[in-house]
Amino acid sequence: MDDLLKEFLTETNESLDVVDNQLVRFEQEPNNAKILDNIFRLVHTIKGTCGFLDLPRLETLAHAAETLMGKFRDGMPATGEAVTLILTTIDRIKEILAQLESTQAEPKGADEDLIGRLHEMAEGTAHAEPAVVEAPASTHGTLVDQVLERPLRPGEVSLDELERAFRETEAEVKPAPAPVQQTAPVKAADKPAANKPAKKTVVENDAAEAERVSNQSIRVNVDTLEHLMTMVSELVLTRNQLLEISRRNEDTEFKVPLQRLSNVTAELQEGVMKTRMQPIGNAWQKLPRVVRDLAAELGKRIELEMHGADTELDRQVLDLIKDPLTHMVRNSADHGLERPEERARAGKPEQGTIRLSAYHEGGHIIICIADNGRGLNTERIKAKAIANGLATEADLERMTEAQIHKFIFAPGFSTAAEVTSVSGRGVGMDVVRTNIDQIGGTIDVKSVAGEGASVTVKIPLTLAIVSALIVEASGERFAIPQLSVIELVRARANSEHRIERIKDTPVLRLRNKLLPLIHLKKLLKLDDEASVIDPENGFIVVTQVGNQTFGIVVDGVFHTEEIVVKPMSTKLRHINMFSGNTILGDGAVIMIVDPNGIAQALGTSVAAQHELVDENAASRGNAAEQLTSLLVFRAGSMQPKAVPLALITRLEEISSDKIELSNGRYMVQYREQLMPLVQMDGVEVATSGVQPILVFADDGRTMGLVVDEIVDIVEEKLAIEVASGRDGILGSAVIKSRATEVIDVGHFLPMAFADWFNRREMKPSASAQSILLVDDSAFFRNMLAPVLKAAGYRVRVATNAEEGLLALRSGEEFDAVLTDIEMPDMNGFEFAETIRADQKLNDVPIIALSSMISPAAIERGRQAGFHDYVAKFDRPGLIAALKEQTSDLNRAA
Amino acid sequence: MTVSQDNSAGAVTEYVTIMIGEQLFGLPISRVQDVFMPERLTRVPLASREVAGVLNLRGRIVTAIDMRARLGLPDAASDRPAMAVGVDLRGESYGLLIDSIGEVLKLADDSREVNPVNLDPRMTKMAAGVHRLDGQLMVVLDVDRVLEISSDLRAA
Repeated sequence: MDDLLKEFLTETNESLDVVDNQLVRFEQEPNNAKILDNIFRLVHTIKGTCGFLDLPRLETLAHAAETLMGKFRDGMPATGEAVTLILTTIDRIKEILAQLESTQAEPKGADEDLIGRLHEMAEGTAHAEPAVVEAPASTHGTLVDQVLERPLRPGEVSLDELERAFRETEAEVKPAPAPVQQTAPVKAADKPAANKPAKKTVVENDAAEAERVSNQSIRVNVDTLEHLMTMVSELVLTRNQLLEISRRNEDTEFKVPLQRLSNVTAELQEGVMKTRMQPIGNAWQKLPRVVRDLAAELGKRIELEMHGADTELDRQVLDLIKDPLTHMVRNSADHGLERPEERARAGKPEQGTIRLSAYHEGGHIIICIADNGRGLNTERIKAKAIANGLATEADLERMTEAQIHKFIFAPGFSTAAEVTSVSGRGVGMDVVRTNIDQIGGTIDVKSVAGEGASVTVKIPLTLAIVSALIVEASGERFAIPQLSVIELVRARANSEHRIERIKDTPVLRLRNKLLPLIHLKKLLKLDDEASVIDPENGFIVVTQVGNQTFGIVVDGVFHTEEIVVKPMSTKLRHINMFSGNTILGDGAVIMIVDPNGIAQALGTSVAAQHELVDENAASRGNAAEQLTSLLVFRAGSMQPKAVPLALITRLEEISSDKIELSNGRYMVQYREQLMPLVQMDGVEVATSGVQPILVFADDGRTMGLVVDEIVDIVEEKLAIEVASGRDGILGSAVIKSRATEVIDVGHFLPMAFADWFNRREMKPSASAQSILLVDDSAFFRNMLAPVLKAAGYRVRVATNAEEGLLALRSGEEFDAVLTDIEMPDMNGFEFAETIRADQKLNDVPIIALSSMISPAAIERGRQAGFHDYVAKFDRPGLIAALKEQTSDLNRAA
Repeated sequence: MTVSQDNSAGAVTEYVTIMIGEQLFGLPISRVQDVFMPERLTRVPLASREVAGVLNLRGRIVTAIDMRARLGLPDAASDRPAMAVGVDLRGESYGLLIDSIGEVLKLADDSREVNPVNLDPRMTKMAAGVHRLDGQLMVVLDVDRVLEISSDLRAA
């Protein structure tokens, strides 16, 4: 192909993409002269070049569009029809360009229809009516992606990073093509309405600036870059080898030059890496246009929010996710969001939102597409799964909603009841999934009925150089990406940090928190008989994935090293414990451990943050699964028992000879205090060996609950299903698919100290302050009421917000209200707002109790009128908050 | 069953002969990148038994395939595999671990016979015919099929 033509095609296609975007923006802010000037300039450039290359058809089209836009600049209102018309014209231009690329000749055809309408519109003679009817019809199904993409790929790309790098080196500025650059200002100037000369100059300068920048980029063949990247990788490896040698030989004269070489290599490596990276915003460019067209076609109002558009990722990866992303956004617009009237009925704003966000997390890029529409239709997915023979009804019964939602990724699965032109053509999420799989990514969906759905895509930054910690397990070395490592802890038998065990689960007490541990060699099944796990010693790599923190126990830690991540062989990619492999300085190949894989192996899936769905769920307060950490143990019977982990201060194993019997009660010397031991029914205090004890502490007093065996720590949704008539047992819940008794700590506390609860209640009850506790969960009511009573408050409980309001309005006086946030019907926020709105009640302090504490939720709480926000299991925090609020009240009174 | 890829004239294929266990195999020379000594093999935890590990070959990461395991042959007595044949598949490098390497043979395609029906089924999957040589048989290996290792085949 003619070089000139090729250049023209690439450039024009890029310009057109920009025009697309800018037009959509312009429609939203029709008074932004700068955007308009920008569009005008781009279209004008296209027109000029077409004339130069003798492409009459394109030239006439561009000219007609330009004329209409000229009118906009003169103050003609930019109506939706007018913008649609220009967009249609641009689509036509793109079609012609696509054919031009394949045949190298401008295709025959007439554009009089479009040109005529453009002129009509420009002259204002267009009767708005016909244009409205015709314009949407004439989008003639231009599925933007097919036409747009091809001309951009003759093996060359524009590389913004390269541009930037060169720009910073103050390279000489190529004189901009004069005619093009000057047209815009000149045109602008001879308009009679050039009443703000100062402003025009600014625009002119901006345009000149933009022009200068675009001239400072060069196009580099991808192969050239690829080669450069390989060479730099080799250089890095060689540098690492040299460093390794110099580490062994102290005081060599090579030390200083080697340091320089090392620094230069690092910079070079960074520079070359950058040339491969592109902001993800490039893949999003088309989306505003896509969404706009869809909104018009489907009669919906849709807002597209984009966050983290500047998150960078490898260009190759970017190319591969473009289409899946477009598909998912279409899905959200078509299936997810409801029509305005439907939304209004559901009490939602008429305008639906699709939110795209991207961010880095531990060597991965997380892209989330969320909408606040109706969510996935679980029933329809179930029906379809049965129809497609993917599962039986019995299977589905056992599945959680989240598991059922995953069926949308199954081949040929489309739940759209009707096939629309937009989506629901049977090629659905399975294709998206296949594409994501190909680049080693994962995809997950979350949905809350009526609240919205979100799809989270996680893509590895395959070709990257990352900083990694080199560790050893069973004599083999592994790399752990530094990004997810928080700290290193050396555990020794007699030090402050030692590995403790709950049954077989190792844990570490780190700053008063229990950190779950996992032995790397166990995880990787490296622990053959030869290498026994040292139960108490080891290096602990404290790792964070999302909001989950855990410790990886390794035998040794070497150093950190910049490693070149090489993708795993396809034969090994199924092992999700590794994200890749690398060649170390000494030439050995080692595996890169994937903290995400370990997190999954730990059993709890990492909750993706920053999700629309999550926030919706938190504010609306239903269906959100609340996980509670529970300690499972056995005491007195074979049936497992459980207690929320947060209520327990410590777990101890006390040697039986330390247990003393005095006055018929078991005691133990514990931290220079005498701690009473309480036995549950049927539990015998051990006479030999060690005795496991759960330690509860409150206000300087401690007591130990004697149990037979500590079984496990689990994270489960706690739902007490069967209430119990027995003392000390709140009821039964299913934990790890076993019926488990949840114990009532409040029952055992007074058994240690008879006055545990009433030492403060002994005070004249007239002065006792009274509290209204509102919580829909029987478990929390039962758990918190004794705690509050223990702290000397009179407690009245209400099972929901309505009941709470009734109590408040009954004339009974309360010194403070404690309320749960996530409640059905009326949630905590609404409850607080109602109280605040009531003149008689609006000075009662309200404290929110929530298991979800995020800055956003706290802010939301403040607005609703909460005085304080306390985590559900934070007993000391709760008491402190209550004291503060009620004493304020006393002072005020 | 296209073994010889560029048999331009006379339909003759050149084979690199290799020994695995007691058996002679032939690999079409067009698929063989190089022959090397596998050094510093890193075993990959949790990998299937057929994958012996990974190693660094001049800056490339090569996945080493244990051909004995792949063919269902017993493990070598104790001595480690002395040789590896480097092959490429879809841009990735593999090293087939073998016992020893022999000469290069030029054999006419029409003298190749189909797999005997009673051949071990594991081997049948990977064999693309048999050549009768003086005193022994040479099984032609189909590289693509040798590398069709399903990822769920975990270590037993």
